[in-house]
Amino acid sequence: MDNSVEYQKRPASNPAETERTRNRKVYVPKVDIIETGDAMVMYADIPGADEKTVDVTLEKSVLTIRGTIAPQEFAGRSIAYAEYDVGDYERSFTVSDEVDRDRIEAVVKNGVLKLVLRKIPQIEAKKITVRTE
Amino acid sequence: MFGPGIWRLGGMMDSVRELQRMQGEMNRVFSGIGRSLSQEAPSVNAWVGEADVIVAAELPGVDPGKVDISVVGDTLTISGSREAEKLKEGESYHRQERDFGRFSRTIQLPFHVEAGKVEAKYSRGILKITLPRAEADKPRKIAVSAE
Repeated sequence: MDNSVEYQKRPASNPAETERTRNRKVYVPKVDIIETGDAMVMYADIPGADEKTVDVTLEKSVLTIRGTIAPQEFAGRSIAYAEYDVGDYERSFTVSDEVDRDRIEAVVKNGVLKLVLRKIPQIEAKKITVRTE
Repeated sequence: MFGPGIWRLGGMMDSVRELQRMQGEMNRVFSGIGRSLSQEAPSVNAWVGEADVIVAAELPGVDPGKVDISVVGDTLTISGSREAEKLKEGESYHRQERDFGRFSRTIQLPFHVEAGKVEAKYSRGILKITLPRAEADKPRKIAVSAE
């Protein structure tokens, strides 16, 4: 029978990867990361997402960008030609400990997410004077 | 002469797109021109209804004032440019993946459209163009009379 494949168990990848509960495509947004003197600026292309559907989290040293995109549909019209597909966006980066967690700025404009990760000013090495007794 | 027609559908769609991508890649490799968006950019989706066609394109980070849309008969051209972030003194890239430069795209629509009534909206990085079907191009219903 042709459909015997459906009864086969699917082997897991090793190590097992986490799966999403929603069966929707996920895309990796293209990013530019620019190092400025006192900050790191990240631009990510996430067309279709706005400030309500974008989620930025920083957990330990992992910065994750997530964007949820609703599929485009127009009542009374059917899709006739498609070159791009719509799906969610997801991407993670490891960032250095220098990032100031309390001053991360995130702005979404015209489908581009801009993140400003400021660095904690370096505390100057404290010099300890040694005296003789 | 024109870009891909709107009628390429079904199972062909994926392979056509893949071929276009490969062609674009080849052109980019052999033309020697550095960073500019390919001729096939932006990718478009089209929805066809009884009275109009909606064309959508993903164009994140584009100034809507710098996008030109022109319609002649049954062809639609979207062109414009996307500016790169300007680096100041002392700034440097860790990664640069996003595409910049000029783009231009011409597609053939399934019918002639009313050029004066075309509407374009840009929001969240997606350009949506609604093109109503030309009155003269709408199908006429012909009554059959018995003799």
